[in-house]
Amino acid sequence: MASPQWPKADKRLHIGKPYDRLDGPIKSTGQAKYAYDVNVPGMLYAKVFPSRYALADVNSIDTSAAEAMDGVKAVWIDEGVLGKEVRYVGQIIAAVAAETEELAAEAIALVKVDYTPKEALIIDTDPSLGSGRPSEREEGTPAEAFEAADVVHEGYYGIPVITHCCFEAHGQVCDVNEAGAQFWPSTQNVSKYANGMGESLGVPESEIKVDCQVMGGGFGSKFGHDKWGVVGGLLSKKAGRPVKLMLERDLELMVGGNRPSAYGTVKVGADKDGNVTAIDAKLFGTGGNGGYRPPPVPYVFTKIPNQLSSGQRIQTNRGGQRAWRAPGHPQGCFITMAAMEDTAAKLGMDALDFFKQNLALTNRPELYAQELDIAADMIGYKEKAHLRGDSGDGPVKRGLGISIHQWGGAGHPSECDVSIHADGSVECRIGTQDLGVGTRTCVTMVLAETMGLPMDAVKANIGNNAYPISGASGGSTTIGGVSSSTRLAATAALNKLLDVVAARMGEDALSLEASNGRIQVTGDDSKSVTWNEACAMLGTNSINERGVNEPGESTKMGLMDSGVGGCQMADVSVDIETGVVTINEMVAVQDCGLIIDMKTATTQVHGGLIMGVTYALFEECVYDNRTGRMLNADMEFYRLAGLKDIGTLKVHMMTGPGFDERGVIGLGEPPVISPGAAISNAVANAIGLRVPELPLTPDRVLNAIAKGGQS
Amino acid sequence: MSKETRGSDPQGVSRRGFLKGVGAGSAAAGFIGVGENTAQAEGQDAPAIVGPGDGTYTLNIDGESKEVTAEPRATLLDVMRNRLDVTSAKKVCDRGTCGACTIFIDGEPAYACSMLALEAIGHKITTIASLGTPEMMSALQKAFVKHDAQQCGFCTPGFIVAATDLLNKNPNPTREQVRDGLGGNLCRCGTYVGVQEAVLEAAQSMKGGA
Repeated sequence: MASPQWPKADKRLHIGKPYDRLDGPIKSTGQAKYAYDVNVPGMLYAKVFPSRYALADVNSIDTSAAEAMDGVKAVWIDEGVLGKEVRYVGQIIAAVAAETEELAAEAIALVKVDYTPKEALIIDTDPSLGSGRPSEREEGTPAEAFEAADVVHEGYYGIPVITHCCFEAHGQVCDVNEAGAQFWPSTQNVSKYANGMGESLGVPESEIKVDCQVMGGGFGSKFGHDKWGVVGGLLSKKAGRPVKLMLERDLELMVGGNRPSAYGTVKVGADKDGNVTAIDAKLFGTGGNGGYRPPPVPYVFTKIPNQLSSGQRIQTNRGGQRAWRAPGHPQGCFITMAAMEDTAAKLGMDALDFFKQNLALTNRPELYAQELDIAADMIGYKEKAHLRGDSGDGPVKRGLGISIHQWGGAGHPSECDVSIHADGSVECRIGTQDLGVGTRTCVTMVLAETMGLPMDAVKANIGNNAYPISGASGGSTTIGGVSSSTRLAATAALNKLLDVVAARMGEDALSLEASNGRIQVTGDDSKSVTWNEACAMLGTNSINERGVNEPGESTKMGLMDSGVGGCQMADVSVDIETGVVTINEMVAVQDCGLIIDMKTATTQVHGGLIMGVTYALFEECVYDNRTGRMLNADMEFYRLAGLKDIGTLKVHMMTGPGFDERGVIGLGEPPVISPGAAISNAVANAIGLRVPELPLTPDRVLNAIAKGGQS
Repeated sequence: MSKETRGSDPQGVSRRGFLKGVGAGSAAAGFIGVGENTAQAEGQDAPAIVGPGDGTYTLNIDGESKEVTAEPRATLLDVMRNRLDVTSAKKVCDRGTCGACTIFIDGEPAYACSMLALEAIGHKITTIASLGTPEMMSALQKAFVKHDAQQCGFCTPGFIVAATDLLNKNPNPTREQVRDGLGGNLCRCGTYVGVQEAVLEAAQSMKGGA
């Protein structure tokens, strides 16, 4: 009989090896069809009319000229804002669907909205503009601890709103009629995409079909069907035709994303030996028109004995915040690690020594110590390290920076059906999605591993809501969830097959195993049948078994786990005459339990580092504080890192004994948390003072140098 | 601010918004210039598509002549994607910044979002479809798969077209030349490490095969 526990290292056929992603060939030949690429007969193109004001009463919406245009087939207006307020630039007020994209654009330009503009709140860098009472937290006796501290560092830190900038814009193609609906969305949540849509569309929710085989990036911003999903559906229903509605790039940047900002002062107290005794963080920021939760400070060093913190929300008239890889963590990490490194500098201590000295204040001291040593070796810390600012006389200063981070990553609830057919074919159906992280590949690896078959002998069907329900892909929950449900379903199906084979062979099913394309008496291939011979014994039947990942149970079984730590270091050069920061090298050391596909896992960490370089050096939504318009809602001025910006990147995955037996843990969030902190710390180490805000643009660097530091 | 032509306020019309908005007029006149030259070279009549409204013309895409009916203001990218179901070139920035719509025009790389379809009449348009199929990938495409040079994959076709051009012009690039050569293509997932390795390896394997 097969057991659902993961096989030991020496028994693994596929798991842990570096496999090519299965959809690589269709992606690398341009044949992959994304929602944006779906063209169905009779399809119309929709364009939306966004509010031009950050705060205004909407007196009237006149779509008559658009409706009268040839080629316009349906018009929608938001009755909900008529006579009421629009609350951010980009809020969708009306939409049209027309025969061509050009006609739709022309028609939307004919929509006339009469507004009464009001004074809006845009600025998010002044805590006195906050709404409501700040959240407050106190542990220990911070006042006494600061009093007793040998050294107290106080600094200001800030990280602005950035946006997701998915390459495939948000949106969908849909075909909606009375009887039902088909949606092809770009989504992180296939199984539950349609939840809550039925009433708006007047279609039974059970009749809404959703398909998403590949999608062009989400990063936390594509969990729901969103307003444009409903608008597209209503336009389709009205016109009796399929409708494509994808956000244009400017709207994508303004309303399709938004990671909350975080600013504030942090005070750290330590004794003269470098032991941190107290922290006080007064934070504020905006989630735009949406909610706001201040980032976790202290981050990772959560056991600092005396703590005070407060968080103030500033509700601004901007697009609402959405989850962005590791919500709150990159901000909390930057603020905490920068304040820690500043404290080390004030003490005149080496940053690595200081971090190591305080690891007892974290939940995983041994792991971080191990990871810090590995990262230090990888980047050549001993050879390159110097105390803050001790970086020579020339205009180009070089420095090293350190950061550590944590994440949960427990698998989400997930169901998977596995079928074994009499012709020997094996397939699974699971309502998950592949955001580009290798989910399809990993599910296939688990299925093939369990059956003892090569990869091409099994097939994973994903990306459709007709399949068993699997969770949304967010919070690094996918890999643990789908690996567990697939493993459970595949084991159950295999055991059914072993029962059939055992009866025919006159063996005890308990003694049989699937290995290398055969069903055999465990460890004895002289008593065996081939996989196909075994399946032929099913006659006209198929085996169909469902695996249900109940996270608590699967954790007990060792299939999955939660809680990881990682360490990153950055080596940068800063030209103090131009303010330009150059990444020389970054290293990432990361644990994530049992790794299914080493290749896609490593890619994921590289991706986290690069996305981190981007928000550390370039990314920032720049708003006009008077009109509330985003001034860089395009890709020239909302800059992303390119190939020349990333330096040399090195990744080390913590695997083997001590890690593998924990089971599978997610990896999407962890590697993107630390780069901002590590790079900022490296810049401080190089130029001898803290540049208090990200991104580390030349103007910020030069201003900081001109001011000569903040403390 | 690129789409400030929305609504009744004409403020802030961008260069590209202007190009699209008045394609029926001056931009189309520009096209006729190109069309005339090409037509003269080939001894054909220049198509007189000046708008407003649709015109019918022929584009040569991946060696096939495809007749298309579209307004003169439509970009090549929109015409390929919306009228001809040629969707490998992606619409991302829609203004020549990200490289996701990179194709070849007469063997030279171009951004399909930043030219009118009319400008491509009489020219050879080549997309990634001409470079390989999942069953018969080019050396570069194989290397992209092997080095996992894609995550979501939305930027990948543009990268492969651009990298193909890079290797055509410099079969033996250094790492630095790869970084320079592909600096016009952006990726949000952060697959640059794989891209770099893939291009360097493809250069080696193509040399070995020659």
